[in-house]
Amino acid sequence: MGRYVVRRLLQMIPVFIGATLLIFLMVNVMGDPIAGLCGDRQCDAATAAQLKKEFGLDKPVWQQYLTYMGNVFTGDFGTAFNGQKVTELMSTAFPVTIRLTIVAILFEIVIGITLGVVTGLRRGKPVDTSVLMLTLVVISIPTFVTGLLLQLLLGVEWGWIKPSVSSEATFSELIVPGLVLASVSLAYVTRLTRTSIAENRRSDYVRTAVAKGLPRRRVITRHLLRNSLIPVVTFIGTDIGALMGGAIVTERIFNIHGVGYQLYQGILRQNTQTVVGFVTVLVLVFLIANLLVDLLYAVLDPRIRYA
Amino acid sequence: MRGATHAKWAACAAAVALAATACGGGDSDSGGSGSGDGSATLSASWGDPQNPLEPANTNEVQGGKVLDMIFRSLKKYNPETGKAEDMLAEKIDTSDSQNFTVTVKDGWTFSNGEKVTAKSFVDAWNYGASLKNNQKNAYFFGYIDGYDKVHPEDGSKQTAQTLSGLKVTGDLTFTIKLNQKFSTFPDTLGYPAYAPLPQVFFTNHDGWLKKPVGNGPYTIDSYTKGSQMSLKKWDGYHGPDKAQNGGVTLKVYTDNNTAYTDLMAGNLDLVDDVPAAQLKNVQADLGDRYLNTPAGIIQTLAFPFYDKNWNKPGMEKVRTGLSRAINRDQITKTIFNDTRTPASDWTSPVLGEAGGFKEGLCGDACEYDAAAAKKLIEEGGGLPGGQVKITYNADTGSHKQWVDAVCNSINNALGNDKACVGNPVGTFADYRNQITAKKMSGPFRAGWQMDYPLIQNFLQPLYYTNASSNDGKWSNKDFDKLVDEANAETDTGKAVSKFQDAEKVLRDNMGAIPLWYQNGSAGYSERLSNVKLNPFSVPVYNEIKVS
Repeated sequence: MGRYVVRRLLQMIPVFIGATLLIFLMVNVMGDPIAGLCGDRQCDAATAAQLKKEFGLDKPVWQQYLTYMGNVFTGDFGTAFNGQKVTELMSTAFPVTIRLTIVAILFEIVIGITLGVVTGLRRGKPVDTSVLMLTLVVISIPTFVTGLLLQLLLGVEWGWIKPSVSSEATFSELIVPGLVLASVSLAYVTRLTRTSIAENRRSDYVRTAVAKGLPRRRVITRHLLRNSLIPVVTFIGTDIGALMGGAIVTERIFNIHGVGYQLYQGILRQNTQTVVGFVTVLVLVFLIANLLVDLLYAVLDPRIRYA
Repeated sequence: MRGATHAKWAACAAAVALAATACGGGDSDSGGSGSGDGSATLSASWGDPQNPLEPANTNEVQGGKVLDMIFRSLKKYNPETGKAEDMLAEKIDTSDSQNFTVTVKDGWTFSNGEKVTAKSFVDAWNYGASLKNNQKNAYFFGYIDGYDKVHPEDGSKQTAQTLSGLKVTGDLTFTIKLNQKFSTFPDTLGYPAYAPLPQVFFTNHDGWLKKPVGNGPYTIDSYTKGSQMSLKKWDGYHGPDKAQNGGVTLKVYTDNNTAYTDLMAGNLDLVDDVPAAQLKNVQADLGDRYLNTPAGIIQTLAFPFYDKNWNKPGMEKVRTGLSRAINRDQITKTIFNDTRTPASDWTSPVLGEAGGFKEGLCGDACEYDAAAAKKLIEEGGGLPGGQVKITYNADTGSHKQWVDAVCNSINNALGNDKACVGNPVGTFADYRNQITAKKMSGPFRAGWQMDYPLIQNFLQPLYYTNASSNDGKWSNKDFDKLVDEANAETDTGKAVSKFQDAEKVLRDNMGAIPLWYQNGSAGYSERLSNVKLNPFSVPVYNEIKVS
């Protein structure tokens, strides 16, 4: 187990370097970011040169990348164009996005798995059909439509919530945005769980458990659900990374100042430091989430062992 | 019915969740409390300023909003007429339009108690001009003698720390020596870059940036970078334009649609940029709480004069022809819902007749006439390469819509489906890059938001040879000569008419196609009254009354 984890951690290094290098190059290809800082006007040459020097943009790209990575390992992610440290931006943006992600994941787990179990157990019944229809509808509607619609209905027409999230972004404010963010994944989780449950319900070990006379609740939670969760856990695990980085649309609609907002602004302003810094952290989150998922397999299914 | 209980439980969870948000949403309401006594606060939409909030480093409207509230300079532009009026200036004297003596009014202080003196101005200007401080508005000080020493254009070593043209002569007096005659120079001094700065700005720069201190009607109460700034009325404010409300909370919105929705829901009091998508229903939503007033912004199409194809003799006919092929009336009506006005000169209506705006100066050249357009383009030798590509940045505004409309109009006028196509560029920064690298192969979008309401500001920076915003590198000796003469003219009326003569040179060569004047728009809640936009399309926050 320990050796497996170490091997996986070592494998992360090339992935990490490759991913950051790609992002670094992509942002650089977009051209000189200084030109966008002076409005509809040419920056005067002297100031532009000075700014380039300050942000290290006068060096060749490979050298910029090496300096950048060197700094990253000492915890210095550079400075954004508005004079703020990128670490400072991260310390305000990540907590917000993490809260949003937690809300979304909770929705996926609680509602998604519950609905999945219910429908999986009653395949072909009216409950099953209606939930399936519902998930189909949710999957086919783009997030921004759900988001804007809920915002308009709950926020403006009925006045149940505030249409935008304040700068504190507390959990209670993030419930509706979290639901919107989770909606599509939630539908997938439901469907995945349903299929998995329905399949395993006919398996030998379930029949054995029922024949042993175990109570129905125990059969479902200990035997059926636990074994059916593996594909679902894989999905949710990879979804953590996707939710954190892919919340741009939801964050824009509800005016949440999280990672998506900083990335969006960083890209518009071609701020290499911000974009690469945030993506680097997202890459790390993704890698670690994946590792955790793999380790969870062993917990869920004792037949799986890592050596 | 175990399954059914599960479903019920899930439904209950969702209901509880919604109820919880409702509870969470209700408690902290948008504005503050209080009633008609001027102590109530309002909330307004904001965008994250692109640069650190230093006066000489702020060149966009979001940072400008804050500076407008916390600083007062020697002059202030009247929010209604745009005229430069004395604010901190007791008087600014000159006999030759080149040497100025400034007397600062007594009694002004910064909100930290420090007195505003001549030194506050001189130190601030020296800071702004100095190359080592990386101030993006440094060129504003370019007219002051000694600028080439503190800010060498060629990037060579800076040989002086202070501008030799600035001298403190007394506690409240200082002199300015310019490197050329510039009669309307005092009128430029209302621009935020010329604001005075307290000593703490220099001694504790980082602390100041976290919470700027100024001498305006508001002070900054708290500032969370990237999300919110709350400003409080400053009771010790010395000027005549005291705040009529208790304070303003600026909230950063990523998307102006969300800000508009918040206004509809009563969570926000003031939105100063109504999204284009909402223009159709804004009348129904807000009625008379919607403002649509002229601002000092003009949109034009510039040409790459560094490209031989666009600069050979006869091309002025082609450029004029293109101008005549654009149906400005129709486009401003259908695409912009009359939030823009067809342009008929190269300035802006906010200048007023006396300030140099002259409706119809462009004459026939800006009138839509398909037949004349076709004829002119043929006479001029046709479109270079048979097609024009209008380049624009697609990331902000509704540039794509109007460029497509302009192209449609040109195509229809010329009876050729392929005469004009749009050429989008992904980001503004990349767009600026391509312009500075002189990579434009045809007309491109050029917008100009004035720095100060003078006709000089609409002409010199944009069309004077090698000027900072002369993106098309248009160059004309007659134009340059007339601008120089106008700047040397001491009489404002005569100066303005010289500038208009220069503008006529621009018209005859069609150095850039004027498209339309842009309006500023705003919507506000029922709690507010006396909401106005100044000529810079920024709300006049200090005059807003909150009930």
